[in-house]
Amino acid sequence: MSPEPFLGTLSRTPVRHHILSVLVENKAGVLARIAGLFARRGFNIYSLAVAPAERNARFSRVTIVVDAESAPLEQIVGQLDKLVNVVAITDLAPRDALERELLIATVAVNDDNRTALLDTIAGAGASIVDVDAVSVTVMLAGTPFACDELESSLEVYPDVELHRTGRVALPRLGRAANA
Amino acid sequence: MQLSGAQALIKSLEQEGVDVIFGLPGGAILPVYDPLIDSTIRHILVRHEQGAGHMAEGYALATGRPGVAMVTSGPGATNIVTPIANAHMDSTPLVVITGQVATGSIGTDAFQECDITGITMGITKHNFLVQSAQEIPRAVAAAFHLATTGRPGPVLIDVPKDVTQSMMDWWYPASIEEFDLPGYRPEIVLDDDAIARAVALINDAERPVLYVGGGTLKSRASAELLAFAERTAIPVVTTLMARGAFPDSHGQHLGMPGMHGLYTAVTAIQKSDLLISLGARFDDRVTGRIPSFAANAKVIHVDIDKAEFNKVRHADVAIQSNVAAALRALDAADATPKNLDVWWKTIRSWQEEFPLVYDAPSEDGPLRPQHVIEAIAAQATPGTIVTAGVGQHQMWASQFWKFEEPGTWINSGGAGTMGFGVPSAIGAKVGRPDRTVWCIDGDGCFQMTAQELVTARAEGIPIKVAILNNAYLGMVRQWQEMFYEERYSEVYLNADLPDYVKWAESMGCVGLRARTLQEMHEVIARANEINDVPVVIDFRTDASEKVFPMVASGASNDDIMVHPLQRGDSK
Repeated sequence: MSPEPFLGTLSRTPVRHHILSVLVENKAGVLARIAGLFARRGFNIYSLAVAPAERNARFSRVTIVVDAESAPLEQIVGQLDKLVNVVAITDLAPRDALERELLIATVAVNDDNRTALLDTIAGAGASIVDVDAVSVTVMLAGTPFACDELESSLEVYPDVELHRTGRVALPRLGRAANA
Repeated sequence: MQLSGAQALIKSLEQEGVDVIFGLPGGAILPVYDPLIDSTIRHILVRHEQGAGHMAEGYALATGRPGVAMVTSGPGATNIVTPIANAHMDSTPLVVITGQVATGSIGTDAFQECDITGITMGITKHNFLVQSAQEIPRAVAAAFHLATTGRPGPVLIDVPKDVTQSMMDWWYPASIEEFDLPGYRPEIVLDDDAIARAVALINDAERPVLYVGGGTLKSRASAELLAFAERTAIPVVTTLMARGAFPDSHGQHLGMPGMHGLYTAVTAIQKSDLLISLGARFDDRVTGRIPSFAANAKVIHVDIDKAEFNKVRHADVAIQSNVAAALRALDAADATPKNLDVWWKTIRSWQEEFPLVYDAPSEDGPLRPQHVIEAIAAQATPGTIVTAGVGQHQMWASQFWKFEEPGTWINSGGAGTMGFGVPSAIGAKVGRPDRTVWCIDGDGCFQMTAQELVTARAEGIPIKVAILNNAYLGMVRQWQEMFYEERYSEVYLNADLPDYVKWAESMGCVGLRARTLQEMHEVIARANEINDVPVVIDFRTDASEKVFPMVASGASNDDIMVHPLQRGDSK
């Protein structure tokens, strides 16, 4: 499979952002500790995704896209590392990261726009996951860029409810992350 | 062995070698106060929970061992938030135990419920909400481990009432592995490459300065510092948090740097070509305007906390280490600067031109606060511990008292907590009963926590308190005089209200007052004769007296204002 193109600098993403993949203890209040640290140190979070890590209920994986212009990355990582519940931090530069995000959206449809909407969905590589008489729910799992593109394509429809998960990431194969 | 959670908590504290707890009981912590009766641990019953926290800090700073405080839930817990924040800013090892409402009531706005782990998240090194009695030993062992290793700090353990009331099978963690702290790795491997680069910078330096911070005391590196300084002949400055880390009587000691630092200490840093920072954090009170701080100096930054590197000032070489180990490594590598004779000649000329000075006192008063401090120091036994509140009196105490050994200067640095002096003196005296403990206080600070003198008298803790009573919130008054066109807003306190002598007597202390030079010498001699009860002296000092030198807030250290007596334009 050929490597996918680098699409790091995006309209909806801070100009200089970094992806921190943070392994934390799966304990009450850990997310509050991370969020509180970012708030009191003035670091900006662009997106945040959390889930149990590696089928092991003991740890969770927090993927944080940070605005590296709000504070030096070294400071953010250094302060984060001091949280006792933080076990490991992997720092990924956008260029070295394989980023994925999930978008779901429910769009009102009628006979006038149905064809165009189906074209948009097909063109974006999204799939339809639910339908009723007046609306469809579409889903796209893809790069943040692809999600951005689909989101702006859907803006022309009058009644859209759209949710995004925030991204998760792994190092591209052959690229080293800074652990 | 089956124990109640409360018994397990006390037994765990005994396991950690705790000899004293500063605290005050209440509903949620009640179960724990019962087994305390049968424990060997001394409990000191404070009159306000803030006092318990500051006493624990004073104990920790005087002994190097973690201070322990125990309070109840809700207001008991919120009252100790200020000492926790203070300990966090000054990296003081503290273990604070708070009662909590029963687990089933958490989140229901129960009586005396408050989310103390949430409140203290940002001002503790870590905190725990203990979920079961079986977990108590692990929480206590982990708390002491966290508080005392790496960069020290306060750790809070919140224990719900049903947890202390339920039964557990006694156990105690045998090793660090059982602490369940997978994200905490305080052990550090010294970076040989960084040491080599630091040695190269030191060997090239012509105007180096050892910028000694509180981390030097925390890592007990005074002996290593003395050896390194004497071998290299590098001048030493000690920050407010590091006073006592290097003897003031030593010829290489230039004193305290910073906003109210000595002219020579401030200027030597400004003119240096290499700043060797040892457990200091480039606090704004030291740096002044950052771009002009030691503008031509390279920086070697030694700190146990890597988040301090490049936070304020770029480090040319960052060495993550405790100060003692780093100094040993630099010594072993034979780091030696060039001949420093020219540098020392320049430094000596500054010292000669701008020593610490103050206006001559008059016989009839009002007293000069600096003179009072010098007079107390002159009559103090060697090794006397000095504590202070926050403000003018604190700066004068740091400037005019001569500290010769670690653990003899106890004050609130980063947080600037008024009222720290009296309770921290009590805690210091509990930890070091063999030492004389003087609290140099201000009248404003004294009024914030003076009720703990009742504790001191009741518990037989004979501290000595010198109130430099200028009837003002003096440091605020100084700023209003200098920067707000002498528009004095809400700073007048009244020297006679309260009557400090009567107040002291009502608390079971000896109360004394001095207005003239003769009275000053008499009351100091009298205070030194009293060793069974606390003594409070009301020294009536000149309200117009200001702390100099001074670097105005946000100004460059190059623009340091010396005492009017030393200004060419004669005021």
